[in-house]
Parts: sequence; C-alpha cells; structure tokens
Amino acid sequence: MATQSSRSAARIMMAPAVFVLLVWMLVPLCMTLWFSFRDYRPLRGGDLGFVWFDNFVRFVTSSSFWPAIFTTLLIVGGVLLVSIIFGVLLAMLLDQPMWGQGVVRILVIAPFFVMPTVSALVWKNMFMDPTNGLFAHLWRAFGADPVVWLSDVPIFSLILIISWQWLPFATLILLTAFQSLDSEQLEAAEMDGASPLARFFYIALPHLSRAITIVILIQTIFLLAVFAEIFVTTGGAFGTRTLTYLIYQRVLESQNVGLGSAGGVYAIILANIVAIFLMRIVGKNLDR
Amino acid sequence: MSTKRVLCATTALVLTATAATAQDTTITIATVNNGDMIRMQGYTDQFTEETGIAVEWVTLEENVLRQRVTTDITTNGGQFDIMTIGMYETPIWGANGWLVPLDGLSEEYNVEDILPAMRGGLSHDGTLYAAPFYGESSMVMYRTDLMEEAGLEMPDAPTWEFIREAAAAMTDRDAGINGICLRGKPGWGEGGAFITAMSNSFGARWFDMDWQAQFDTQEWADTLNFFNDMMQESGPDGFETNGFNENLSLFQQGLCGMWIDATVAASFVTNPDDSEVADSVGFALAPDNGLGVRSNWLWAWALAIPAGTQQQDAALQFIEWATSSDYIELVAENEGWANVPPGARTSLYENPNYIEVPFAQMTLDSILSADPNNSTVEESPYVGVQFAAIPEFAGIATEVSQEFSNAYAGQQTIEEALERAQAITNEAMEAAGYQ
Amino acid sequence: MARAVTTQRKAINTAIAWIVGLLIFFPILWTILTSFKTEAEAIANPPVFLFFDWTLENYGVVQERSNYMRFLWNSVFLAGGSTLLGIIIAVPAAWSMAFVPSKRTKDILLWMLSTKMLPAVGVLYPIYLLCIRLGVLDNRFALVVVLMLINLPIIVWMLYTYFKEIPGEILEAARMDGAGLKEELLYVLTPMAVPGIASTILLNFILAWNEAFWTLNLTSVDAAPLTAFIASYSSPEGLFFAKLSAASTMAIAPILILGWFSQKQLVRGLTFGAVK
Repeated sequence: MATQSSRSAARIMMAPAVFVLLVWMLVPLCMTLWFSFRDYRPLRGGDLGFVWFDNFVRFVTSSSFWPAIFTTLLIVGGVLLVSIIFGVLLAMLLDQPMWGQGVVRILVIAPFFVMPTVSALVWKNMFMDPTNGLFAHLWRAFGADPVVWLSDVPIFSLILIISWQWLPFATLILLTAFQSLDSEQLEAAEMDGASPLARFFYIALPHLSRAITIVILIQTIFLLAVFAEIFVTTGGAFGTRTLTYLIYQRVLESQNVGLGSAGGVYAIILANIVAIFLMRIVGKNLDR
Repeated sequence: MSTKRVLCATTALVLTATAATAQDTTITIATVNNGDMIRMQGYTDQFTEETGIAVEWVTLEENVLRQRVTTDITTNGGQFDIMTIGMYETPIWGANGWLVPLDGLSEEYNVEDILPAMRGGLSHDGTLYAAPFYGESSMVMYRTDLMEEAGLEMPDAPTWEFIREAAAAMTDRDAGINGICLRGKPGWGEGGAFITAMSNSFGARWFDMDWQAQFDTQEWADTLNFFNDMMQESGPDGFETNGFNENLSLFQQGLCGMWIDATVAASFVTNPDDSEVADSVGFALAPDNGLGVRSNWLWAWALAIPAGTQQQDAALQFIEWATSSDYIELVAENEGWANVPPGARTSLYENPNYIEVPFAQMTLDSILSADPNNSTVEESPYVGVQFAAIPEFAGIATEVSQEFSNAYAGQQTIEEALERAQAITNEAMEAAGYQ
Repeated sequence: MARAVTTQRKAINTAIAWIVGLLIFFPILWTILTSFKTEAEAIANPPVFLFFDWTLENYGVVQERSNYMRFLWNSVFLAGGSTLLGIIIAVPAAWSMAFVPSKRTKDILLWMLSTKMLPAVGVLYPIYLLCIRLGVLDNRFALVVVLMLINLPIIVWMLYTYFKEIPGEILEAARMDGAGLKEELLYVLTPMAVPGIASTILLNFILAWNEAFWTLNLTSVDAAPLTAFIASYSSPEGLFFAKLSAASTMAIAPILILGWFSQKQLVRGLTFGAVK
C-alpha cells in the first residue's frame, strides 16, 4: 500500500506532464472556440466581430459536411481493417521459424520509417501515375488499360497508401503478442485434434484481442488526423475530402478562420465520440 | 542545477543562435519550385558578391508555398523578406496594406519597361506592389510532324472547332498518342484556371454584375461539355488528374499532339535536353469561338516585399537585381536566350537575339491579347482572366474545379457538377456578404 | 519454441516470408534504385531494374538546390530534443501512475491520449498567432517543445505500460531496505525499465522525425527539417522521378538506417502493454 508521502510525491511527479498537456490542450482549444464564434476572415480585414453560432450552422449545413464525415470514417475504418487483418497474418508468418528472420522483419517494418509526404509522393508518381507509373507499365504488359488510380478508385488508393505506412506498426505490436502466446497450450490443442483454424480462433485470437485494441486505439488517433497523404495525392478531390481536409480548405484555401474553427470544434467532438467508444473497449481490455 | 541557471543557459543559447544569423544582412525569400526560380537560386552568389547581402531560400511546392505565405502575411508573421506571389494575390494583398509599394525603384531599373499588362495586374490603384520575375499567357503548342501527317495546317489563330477536329485526327491510341492534352486537375490554379479561361471564349463568366454565380447558364454547360467530350475523344487517360507538370512531361515524351498551356512551357518543350520532340513544335494563339474573346490567360510570378519585414532596403535591392534586364542578360549569357525568364519586359521582345527564339513572338502576342479588365464577353464585375481577383475566389474555385474533375472522372454528370458549382459559389458569396 | 519443425516447412515459410517482405519493401527499394537512374530511365517501359547506367547526378542536383546537411541537422535536433525532453517529463509521470495508482489514473491517461485528437489544421492560426506573440517562429527550441507535446501522451502511455509490468514486490523490498524515492528510481527501477525506455525513445524519435505539419508551417530557414526539404520536390517542371527519388532517399535514409540497427529493440519493446 502506498503511503501518504509517496502519494503526494507521485502527484508532484505527475504534475509537469499533466500541466504542459493541459496548457497545450486548453490554449488552442480556447482560441479555437473564441474564433469559432467570430467572423474572422484574414483577407477581409481580420476579426469582424461576433457571429455566435453562424459558423457552426454554416459548417454543418454545407453540402460537403456529411460526405466528409463519411469519407473520414471510410478511410479510418478501411485502414484499420487492412492493417489488422494483414497485420495478424504477417505476424503469424513472421513468428514461424525461418532463415533470415531478422532481415525479413526489417523489410516488413521499413515503411513505418518513411515520412508520410515521401510515401504519398512515391506512390502517387512512381506507382499510380497512369502514364509512367509502374502499375501502368504492369497493366500494359498484360494488355490491360492502365487504371487511373487516384480518380477511378481514389478511396481504395488512399487506403492502400496509408495502410502501407501503418501495417508495419500493427504487425510489430501483434508480433510481440504472438511471441508471448503459450506454445504448450497450442500443442495441447493440437494433440486434442483441434484444427488449425479452430486453434487460431479459440486460442490465438482471444490472446491477441488486447494487442488488437491497442492497434485500433493508437492508429485511430493518427488516422483521424491524416492530412499529408490527401494533400499530396488528390487534394481532396474525387470524394476524398475528409473532415480534416475540409477544415483545411475552410481555414487556408477559403481563408475563413471562423468557419474553419467551427469545423475544428466539430472535429474535436467527432474525435471524442470515437475516443469514448474506443476507450470503453480499451479500458475494459486494459483492466483484464 | 537551479531552474534559474537552466533558464539563463537556454536564453544564452537562443541569443547566440539569433546573433549568429543576424551578423550580416540576410534576407529570406519564399519561392515556388519552378525551373526559372531554381535557376535564379543558382545565380544568388553573384548577387551576394555584388551587394554583400546573403540570401536564404525557402523553396516550396506551389500549394505549400501559398499556404505558408498566406498564413504569414495575414498574421504579420514576418518570416520572409520577399515572397513569390502571383497576379491573383498581389492586388488583394496590396489593397490590404500588407505589401510594401514598389515606388522606390531606381532609375536604371526602368519600371516603364515592364510590360503594361503585367504592371497593371500587379498593381492596386495604380501602385505597383510586386515586380514580375516572369510573365505568361497561354497558347497552343503542337507537333508539326503529327499535324502534317494528319493533313492539316494550324492557323495562327485557331478556333475551338478546328482544335477538336485536329485533335481527333492526330489521336493514335495504338501508338499512345493523344491528340490533345489539357489540364483537368482540381485546384483553382490548375484545371480551374484552364476551364475559366476557356469559358471566357465561350461567352461564359463567373459572376454577373450582381455577383450571382453563372454556372446555370448555357454558356458554362457548353464549355464543360465541349471540353469533356473533346478530352474523352482525344485526351489521355486520367486527364482529370493531369496538371501543368503532368502534361509537360507527356508532351516532352511525345505523347501529345497538342497542348494548350502556359507560354513558359515553350522553352521546356523546345529544349533538346529534356524534350524528345524539341525540333517539331509549333505555336499558335489560344483558340476562340468567334465571340471576340480568346481562351488565353494572363499570369505572372512576381516578387513582393511583405510590410512586416525589417530588411526592406535589402529586399528591394534583390528584387531590382532579379527582375532587371541585367539578370536576363546574365542568364542568356550562360544558358542561351531561350532559357531567360520571359514575359516581363518590353525590351526583351525588342532584343534581336531574343526575337529569333521560335516562341518569342507568339508569347508576346498572347500576352498582349489578354485583358484582365475586360476578360469576358458579357460584362463582369471582377478583374482577372482565369480568376476573379476577390479574396474568396481561391477557396471557391478550388471546390468548383473539384466538382468539375469529378465529372471528368465520370463520378457525376456535367449537369450535376454545374449544379453543385452553382450552389457552392452562391453559398460562399452569400456568406462573404456579396449578395 | 520447442516444437520440431521440418526443414521442408521451414523452407516454405522462408520463401513466403521473403516474398511478402520484399513486396512490402519494394516501394522503398524502387525509390532508392530510381534515384540512381537518369530521368529517361526512370520512366522507361519496360522498367529497368539493375542494369542501367548508375549515376549520382540526381544527388548532385538535389544538393545543389538545397543545403541537405542543415535540414538533416535540424531533423536530428528536433527529433532528438523533443524525445529527450519528452522522456524527462514522462518518466516521473508514468512512474507515479504505474506504482502509485489512484482512482483517476486511468482517466488521466485516457485524457492525455485524447489531447492528440485535436486536428492540427484547425488550430494552425491560433498556434501561429501565439508563436508570433512569443517571437518563436522558426525557432528550434519552440519546435522541440511543440513536437514533445504532440508525442508526450504516447510516451507516457508506453512507459506506463512497461512500468506496470515491473513487479511491485521488488519496490516493496527495496523500501524495506530503506531505499528512498531517489534510490528507488535510480537503482531499482531504471535498470529494469531501460529496454522499455529505449524502445519508447526509438518510437518517439521516428514519430517526431516524420511529423510534417507543424515542422512545415512553423519554420522557414533556421529550424526547417527534412520534411520542409522534401516539400520543394513535389512537382517541379517536366520529368522528375529520378530527382524526386534522390530527394526522398536523402530524406528517409538516416531514419531508415537507425531503424534497421535498432530493429531488435523495437520489435522487443513495442508492446504498449499488449503482452501479458
């Protein structure tokens, strides 16, 4: 049992982290809230006074709002799905004995080190370009018409690019979870005649559930804020405008900071809804 | 260690860091990563030698640059001593008092030598706020060999009908040759600029005199349908994602019969180092539709001094150096006349060396035929050819061009795209208090 | 791992794993290869793989255009500085959360994570104005603080999960022996936590290195890291695949090399408490 003194010591030790994060959260949040109630358009002379809830109404009634929410959820969900399914498969593969395991592991996690701008540029130009991209060459080699990736299947392309970056992260976490899997338990199940599929679903998957929740939680935080990938590839066209991108367009392209700030408030609300939802699951899983 | 000491140490560090950079006069220039600017960076050492002023470059891709400099100028951040901006931003920023008026230019700089169209576009209320580094219009660039093969002859001033016919005749899908390459890429400065300039020649306009959006007019429907049909017939796959750079690289690889785009591209497509078709490129004025307005635009990349700078004099010195006739001669000496920054000065087009360059005359004619104050067939309330010089335009036009590109990609019909464009524009204009 | 594995099965595993690994790695490999080609070879159809005239020309062009070393140094400084600062602040916090948990510990932890959800574009103007007011635009130290704050929640959380796995009895024993808070931290906890701290440092370094919004918008010259360096190569004129590849390779090479050398550490340490 912790003593009173260690309790207060603990509080002091926690204080700096809590304090700086509180400032980092509250200052921009308050400023965003303030701007969201004001008609702030830098190119029109700056702060033009209170408009109260006009910005909020305008942002949400704009024809772009709901499609943006939908796109956001689609991309986040898609990337999560891909990185978890393939992450589990990859982790399983990497957990098997093989020659050159270390090197293969390096190859698999390498995309995680690539900065988002670079990966978007490389994919967009060197792979997805309909004339000179590698995919176009490949398609033509088989006599097919090249796919115009970024306009024919824009969401798919984005999910591909973003998943490529985040798959290594999921794989790493799932791999450590696999490595801690009790092999004796598995063997016992094998002896009892459980099929590989049954062993996977009844032993491995429950064991992984905690790792999967953590992957979901951390990736969602990063994925909700995805920006560079869209900025570089489609610029929000072809139905790839996420909520983050919509806010960018309002704040920087339209130079309407008030309206964009209202959008920022909505994004915070959305993030928190997702967060509460996630935390419920994670909280439960973390307590086990 | 006490907190005080840490603080002192940090302050000292910060101070030394600032002191180290403030030793001599150093100016920071934000610029776009276009070929001519990158060449200019190469010659900066000469400027530093002459004046003792050091130059720091912040070179960014066009969209990032806009984002960066706009944030900085509107908040008076003072990060840059010179910003590279265009004909759209200059009058708006100048009107807001964010730019230093360029009225202190020296005698030998000869402001009067700057092409009147450029000077006009970079001024507000008769005051020049930015000096053009290079200026451009748009024109038709075509492959003379393919044109001949098709049995056609390009007139100096073609019509859209002819362009479409020629494009269809030149297209050879098996050989990968597209009759025509045009910008379909979303973004107000990309596909948005092209379609707006094109719509002018079809008699369309963005706004009527009451600032009502005009996308519900027949003229806009005609423009978009004509563009889309022609591109589906004879354009490259995925033209809806092609902008200036994508088309340039297609044309250089010999995959386009015609390309209507910025006049500065002429020097890139005729440069044998980069272009496979350098010796068979012809030029013509941008097409029209017999309504008295051609479809060429007017643009300049210009250097301006933000009002928040501490280095006004040094910045002015640099602008005088970089946009002078001497700089043009410096480049000509080292890289040949075809590679000098075009479209800014009258004297360049009177230079006998330059006028021999195959695209020089056509560039000048194109620039001279664009009139920002009178760009539409019917009267319009805005200034600008391929844009309307109001602060809200960039945001609106980017969204509108995204709708158009969605239509080119087949995700919606032209009618739907126009309906949305109308709604987006009116929504934004109402919010901005125009209506 | 006591199961006997037939050589045949091992061979099949190896083959599949290598194919998958190379497939995932391919975009990076292709970028590196392309950086040594000429522009014409970079777009050649059919693509050339290894048998082309290797050239360093692109690297020369890129270096001529921008002073790579300065960007690199800034990246190292920002990623290193923010990681260091973050660890200094996070270790005590995570320690106290793990060993002196209160009812609100979990709430605080989750709240910290939720601060990461504020969309950066939405607060660009407030933060920019704040930086102007404080006079810290294009200042490395300010950016170190910003990057630290962005990643602090992740650091705290990661450390917390490691610390929690350290059995409390050891601390009890140390306390019985009369160890104070300081000794406890220095001699008991730290050695046990080193692997966890090391992988936290690694992950945070990578995240800070790749952060591309604030590092681009709050810098111009003095503090601009490699993310700003790459921003000038997005769409120059004409053919640029080879130059883009060279710039990309330069931007990712340092972190890639670091990642490779520390791969074991990362694989062992990146658990976020997922292992029980």
